[in-house]
Amino acid sequence: MDNKQLSQIFKTEYSNLIAVLSNYYRLKDLQLAEDIVSETFMRAMKVWAHKGVPEFPKAWLYKVAQNLLKEHHRREKIYKEKITPELGAQKQEFEDVVITDKIIEDSQLQMIFVVCNPEISRESQLCIVLRILCGFSTEEIARALLSNKETINKRIYRAKKVIKHHHLEINLSPDQYISRLENVLRVIYLIFNEGYYSSVNEQNIRFEICWEAMRLAIFLAEQEIFPKSTIYALLALMCFHASRLEARISGENGDLLYHEQDKSKWNKDLILKGTKYLHLSASGNEITKYHLEAAIAFWHTMETKEKWNNILQLYNKLLTIDYSPIIAMNRTYALARAKSIQEAIQEAYKLLLNDNHYYFCLLAELYHMAMDEHKEIEYLNKAMELANKEYEKKLIRAKLEKVKGN
Amino acid sequence: MMLFHSESDPDLNPTPEQIQEEIKAWQNWIGGIGAQGKLVNPGEALGFEGKTMHADGTITDGPYAELKEIVGGYIVVSANSAEEAIKLAKGCPGLSNGGKVEVRDIMVFEGM
Repeated sequence: MDNKQLSQIFKTEYSNLIAVLSNYYRLKDLQLAEDIVSETFMRAMKVWAHKGVPEFPKAWLYKVAQNLLKEHHRREKIYKEKITPELGAQKQEFEDVVITDKIIEDSQLQMIFVVCNPEISRESQLCIVLRILCGFSTEEIARALLSNKETINKRIYRAKKVIKHHHLEINLSPDQYISRLENVLRVIYLIFNEGYYSSVNEQNIRFEICWEAMRLAIFLAEQEIFPKSTIYALLALMCFHASRLEARISGENGDLLYHEQDKSKWNKDLILKGTKYLHLSASGNEITKYHLEAAIAFWHTMETKEKWNNILQLYNKLLTIDYSPIIAMNRTYALARAKSIQEAIQEAYKLLLNDNHYYFCLLAELYHMAMDEHKEIEYLNKAMELANKEYEKKLIRAKLEKVKGN
Repeated sequence: MMLFHSESDPDLNPTPEQIQEEIKAWQNWIGGIGAQGKLVNPGEALGFEGKTMHADGTITDGPYAELKEIVGGYIVVSANSAEEAIKLAKGCPGLSNGGKVEVRDIMVFEGM
C-alpha cells in the first residue's frame, strides 16, 4: 500500500469514524470525536510504520477508536464517579461489537443530517461539511475557500456549537429525514458550487470538492427512504456541470464560459450519466429548480436548432419559482441567442443590477454580439470599475484588449 | 395583480403550432418580469368553461357575467405604484390579440 492509498483511507475513514462515534456511540461532543479520530490516526501511523499496514486497516482503525473511546469513558467515570450521561445506557458494553458497513452507513446518513443544520451560517456550513463529511483538513479547507486556518477554525467552532446544541436529536424518523432532505440537498449544491465556481487555481481541490458533493448525493440516492426525483435532478445537474469542469478551468485568464470552452474536453461519460439521471428525475410529479437547472445544463450539451429556445423557456420557468440576478442575466443572454439581440438589450436595461459587475459584462457581451465596439468598451470599463477581485479584473482586461486589438 | 381580459371568439381555431407560439410568447413576457425580480406569483391561465351563480340563486352557463369579455388569466407582480405596474404590462401578448390588461392593487389587511 502506498502513501496515496493510505491518505485515501484516512480521508474516507475520518468521516466514517466520526459518524460512528457520534451517532452509533452517541458521543454528543463533535470535538471529542475528532480528537479520538486524530489520536487513532496518530497511532496507526506510528504502528504501521514499524509493523507494516495490517491486513484489514479499516477494522484496525475501528478497534483502536473503540478502545480510545472506552478509555475516555473510564477516565470520565473515575472523574465523575459515575458513567457519564453521554453514553447511552444500552451501549455501555461495546467490547465485542464489530462495526459493520451497515452501522457505518446508518451513522453517515445521520451525520449528514446533523451537520446540514439550517441554523448554521452559510460560511460555517461549508467548513463543517468539508471537515466532517468530506474529511478535509483545516488547511485544505482554507486553501479551497481562499481563507486562512484561523478563520476556518473559528467557523468550524461556531458550527460545532450549533450542532452540540441540537445533537440530542439522534434516531430521526424517516419522516424527519424526508422533511429535512430539501435543506441537505441545498447544502450539497452549495458545496458543489464552491468547487465549480471557485476562483482557486488549484484544480485538484476543485475537482475533489465537486466529487465529494456528488458522492454525498449518490449516497442519499441509495437510501431507500427518500423520494428520488429531486436527488436525481441534482445529480444530473452536477454531472453536466462536472463534465465541463476541465474545459472550464483551462483558460489562462480564469474560468472559461460555455461558448469559450473547447468542447472536445467535455467529459462524455459524465454527460451520459447526467442524461441518465435526468431521465430518472422525471419519475415524480414535482418540478424543482434542480430539474429546471439540470434541463438547462442538458441543452447546453446539445447543438441543435431548438437549443436556445428551450433554454430560454426553461429560464422563464425557473424565474417563476426562483429569482436570482444570475438567473435573470442568463435568461437575458438566452433571449439574445433565441430571439433577437436588440430585444435582449432592451430587457437587459430593465434588470437594473447596477452594482453588479457581471451585469456590465453581460451588456458588453450583448453589444459585442451586436458588433457595437464603442458600447462594448464602455460597459467593459464600467465592469472594471466594479470588479474587486483580481481574477475578475484579469478576465475583463483580457476582453478589453481583445476588442481594442480588433 | 394583472388581470387579462379578452373577448371570447367562437371562430378562433388555432393550430397546435399557433398555440405553442402563443404559450411561448406568454412565457417570455412573464419571464421578463421574473428577470426583473418583480414576479410574485406566475398566476394561472383560465379556461373557457364555467358557470356563474347569481344573487337570486340562478345559475347560468359561461364565466361571463354580462359582456362577452372574460378574464383569461392573472399574474401577481410587485410594484411600488400602479404606474410602475402598468409599465410592466407593456409587451403583454394579450394586448396584440385585442385584449386588455387590468392592473389592480392587492389590499393588505392588518393582522392577516
